[in-house]
Amino acid sequence: MSIAPEGLKVDKVHVWRGDRHVLQGVSMEVHPRELLHVSGPNGTGKTTLLRVMSGLLRPEQGSVTWRGQSIVRQRTEYQAALAYAAHEPALKGDLTALENLHFSVGLKRRSTVAELRAALDRAGVASCAELPARVLSAGQRRRVSLARVLAMQASIWLLDEPYANLDAAGSDLVSELLQAHVEEGGLALVVAHRDLALRCPVRRLELNS
Amino acid sequence: MTVGAWEAFSLVVHRELCLSFRRPEQLFQPLVFFLIVTTLFPLGLSLQLSALRDIAPGVLWVAALLSSLLSLDSLFKSDADDGTLEQLVLSGQGLTLIVVAKTCAHWLVTGLALVIASPIVATALGIPTSAFATMMLSLALGTLTLSWLGAIGAGLTIGLRRGNVLLSLIVLPLATPLLIFGAAATDRAISGSSTAGAVYFLAALCVFTCTLAPWAATAALRITLE
Repeated sequence: MSIAPEGLKVDKVHVWRGDRHVLQGVSMEVHPRELLHVSGPNGTGKTTLLRVMSGLLRPEQGSVTWRGQSIVRQRTEYQAALAYAAHEPALKGDLTALENLHFSVGLKRRSTVAELRAALDRAGVASCAELPARVLSAGQRRRVSLARVLAMQASIWLLDEPYANLDAAGSDLVSELLQAHVEEGGLALVVAHRDLALRCPVRRLELNS
Repeated sequence: MTVGAWEAFSLVVHRELCLSFRRPEQLFQPLVFFLIVTTLFPLGLSLQLSALRDIAPGVLWVAALLSSLLSLDSLFKSDADDGTLEQLVLSGQGLTLIVVAKTCAHWLVTGLALVIASPIVATALGIPTSAFATMMLSLALGTLTLSWLGAIGAGLTIGLRRGNVLLSLIVLPLATPLLIFGAAATDRAISGSSTAGAVYFLAALCVFTCTLAPWAATAALRITLE
């Protein structure tokens, strides 16, 4: 029996949006202890690729496999191992930052309030824990969504523009977190327009129209 | 440590209740609508109590259906708009479980609230207290069924801008049997005849939708999310 590859593999994925052929046979692989940096001009399907890889969007052609098996066939296990941060921070404005974390992280794993506070602290928004998300600034909301990714303790990170709305210190923090995640054996896929100055192995995927 | 299904279910219900109580105006809107519509009828028609009693079941049920419909649009839409629905879908818990939890929570804050408020309305419409039990039971079954039908409709229409109009068009025809049998049960309870047939039919409809609607709503959500 062959050993199933641990990584995440996308094989000749095609996605159409109406008449537009957004992803045209995209193939790539990313393994644990590796980071894949997806870049390219606007409208070339970077977010679509991330949605395909998360399992939110099913490609018309091609497949996404994890540990050698299609993600569709192991949807629950795959999604339990996944932390996805979309372009918008996906927070409930009426809930506090801590409650937001509690209700989304709580579905993935059992976590204590202390752990969630520690994640908020690591993301630099410990002081916002009791504030409703609607009063936070765009940068703070981004940090809370990063704290959620951290608190999920997932092995696969799919991050869409994690540097958006962040100040210089925030950008450094994202790089640090990515670095630490990959060094601890995690796998990350990052959509970003800027160059990632990281010490860990970075693969690049450039999408063109 | 992984999270069990029951734990996940109660977490989602807790989340929904928390969100509802943070927005009291949204929470009370259907209830206030129900109370206003039903209490306007006796004022507008100025009928004799006996005549009012004849139309009471119909008025009560039409108002209940319409007020339940008011809140259905927000079942998945607000989560879809702010991106939290994607987080729920990717939580590693089955989407059906999430749909069931959200719909149950929705019924608790809309349907159950309506059932609890119905005796006030019934008194205003001249329904005798002896009919209250049947009326509340039939309303409970009817609103729960409607929440399930609404979950399918809401799942299908989240991506649309004017989804609530289409949602009404999808749900109201399906809700017609509820109106007929619900009003019949209440009417029979008022006149003192046997209500078993109508109530059993409502219960059967409720079991039918509770069993199949979660799967249909999940499928609808998956289609619209893609």
